[in-house]
Amino acid sequence: MQPFTRVTAVAAPLELANIDTDKIIPARFLRRLREPGYEKLAFHDIRYDADGKDRPDFVLNQAPYRNAKILVAGANFGCGSSREAAVYVMWDYGIRSVIAPSFGDIHYGNELQNGMLPVVLPDATCQKLRQQLREKPGAQITVDLETQTVTGPDGATHRFEIDPSHKERLLKGLDDIGLVMQNIKEIEAFEKKHHAELPWLA
Amino acid sequence: MPQTLFEKIWNRHVIVKRGENEALLHVDRNFVHEGSFHAFKALALDGRKVRKPRQTFATADHYVPTRNREQGLAAVTDPEMLHMLDLFEKNAKANGIENYFGLEHPQQGIVHVVGPELGITQPGLIITCGDSHTSTHGAFGAYAVGIGASQLKQILATQCLWQKKPKTLRVTVDGTAPAGVTAKDIVLAIIAKIGTAGGTGHAIEFAGEAIRALTMEGRLTVCNMAIEAGARSGMIAPDEKTYAYLAGREFTPRGLMWDKALLFWQSLPTDAGARFDREVTLDAATLAPMITWGTSPEEAISINAAVPDPAMASDADRRSHMEQALRYMDLAPGTPVDGLKIHRAFIGTCTNGRIEDLRAAAAVLKGRKSVVPAWVSPGSSTIKRQAEAEGLDKIFIAAGFDWRASGCSSCAAMNGDSVPAGERCASTSNRNFEGRQGKGARTHLMSPAMVAAAAVTGKLTDVRKLMQGA
Repeated sequence: MQPFTRVTAVAAPLELANIDTDKIIPARFLRRLREPGYEKLAFHDIRYDADGKDRPDFVLNQAPYRNAKILVAGANFGCGSSREAAVYVMWDYGIRSVIAPSFGDIHYGNELQNGMLPVVLPDATCQKLRQQLREKPGAQITVDLETQTVTGPDGATHRFEIDPSHKERLLKGLDDIGLVMQNIKEIEAFEKKHHAELPWLA
Repeated sequence: MPQTLFEKIWNRHVIVKRGENEALLHVDRNFVHEGSFHAFKALALDGRKVRKPRQTFATADHYVPTRNREQGLAAVTDPEMLHMLDLFEKNAKANGIENYFGLEHPQQGIVHVVGPELGITQPGLIITCGDSHTSTHGAFGAYAVGIGASQLKQILATQCLWQKKPKTLRVTVDGTAPAGVTAKDIVLAIIAKIGTAGGTGHAIEFAGEAIRALTMEGRLTVCNMAIEAGARSGMIAPDEKTYAYLAGREFTPRGLMWDKALLFWQSLPTDAGARFDREVTLDAATLAPMITWGTSPEEAISINAAVPDPAMASDADRRSHMEQALRYMDLAPGTPVDGLKIHRAFIGTCTNGRIEDLRAAAAVLKGRKSVVPAWVSPGSSTIKRQAEAEGLDKIFIAAGFDWRASGCSSCAAMNGDSVPAGERCASTSNRNFEGRQGKGARTHLMSPAMVAAAAVTGKLTDVRKLMQGA
């Protein structure tokens, strides 16, 4: 996994609340393999019209925001299905961090597992950031994991909270599987005891 | 100290702790389906194999065709879908997964239906699956969580999961549900009350008289939609109904093992005086059949209500979501939902594809005809056979419903069973998101009996008007 330390990049405002993972990648594309061109599926049905042409009202289709690496969204971003493809399409598009007042639980975990940083900031702060991004299209935001801060287009700094172990894993690019394998002795001992107590599960 | 059901299960499964609130947990049962291919690929790239194939259970559901199933794989015409099914079988074989319920297996069905009906799902277990509706299994008093592909890969490789401990929320539904008010109506009412993010970061325990009164099928419906309230899991304490349901199933313990298991299960319910981080209560007696009008499961109202006005929304985010939902659903505020014309009707899914659901719909359909295209996909092949033995298939067919094979079908339309753009579908599924049943499709969620009522009248209808003696 690629470590996440600090990203300074163009940010795009996504106004809607409850952007579910079906919106990030519709179910009919989930059978596609993650191959070159995968990024074209990101936000597919709100990004293209019926003829497959870019919808001008979708923010990432507007020139100043096309190279956005950061999204500032409404509440409950990534609710719904557990599909990790929702992270893959955003990652392949170039998104490295999503800032929102709240996230769907499974999606939040999926972002962390892929080196993407989900940042929770208060609703009012997210609204203010989106307003600044609309007023100054193409403006940049800095997301710094080490200092746990987001610096908006106006230079104001907002501190965010993240679990210390999530932070450490992201900063170092550690994958959970390695962490689990460090505990293989404890795992085997646990299983022996667990299955002695509940033998029908062995 | 008194403990909750959740705490008892969590504590028993902790292998090691990390800080205050994070633990490496043992997973008792892990389910995979065709959509799990990303995890299998990552596992193979690491040069690893499934560590505990006996504790891994595989069912084909998301991409299986619901028509022409007697033809087996030949019924699948789309090469990408065929690849999904083919890859699934190869991954199961390569990893020694013998509990494999593939396309042609007589016990094939939707993962969250097959687990309980074969007795794989049991009280006190930690259960995982790369699917958000894994919360369903909590109906048996298990801690069941949906995960993404990376975590699934870890579980396949290690049979363990690192997880932050969720907070606890008890939703108590007291009172007696009136006739015509089902488990689906209760859970839609709960989601409407607490919101689609109301359970985020929480393990919900559903309790109270109205929950205890539900059958196991009804409890599965309630826990299935815990995720639609944003919760990590939903669970219900095991009781006599749970044990009676489990007795004699293929994967449940027998003889002395059963006695041992029963003692363990009986120790699980939340102790008197145990504390939850949050509590919410509802009175079932006040409920009516529910439908969703919008594009989030929280946008649910009584069939006797009218489409709400975004101007009345509590905050800006909700208001803008409601405005967009009204545009997508082509509805105006103030429109009574009873009488709204529909184009299709769909019965099935991990939410409402069980035998009791089919019986409830058939009771309404008997002697009546659907006026819109309608279809049923039973939750499992076992349920399909049971329904046929009871003659339910004949009632559905006589009512003009297409009687199909088992799979996820039109819930997410991954197998091609989609609803055309612009059409309104009365559906027993769990999500009414934009495009969920097909691009531009408009989904109204409701109970099986309510879908049957909508099918025969061609519009959203209070099923109580069609019920005998009403």
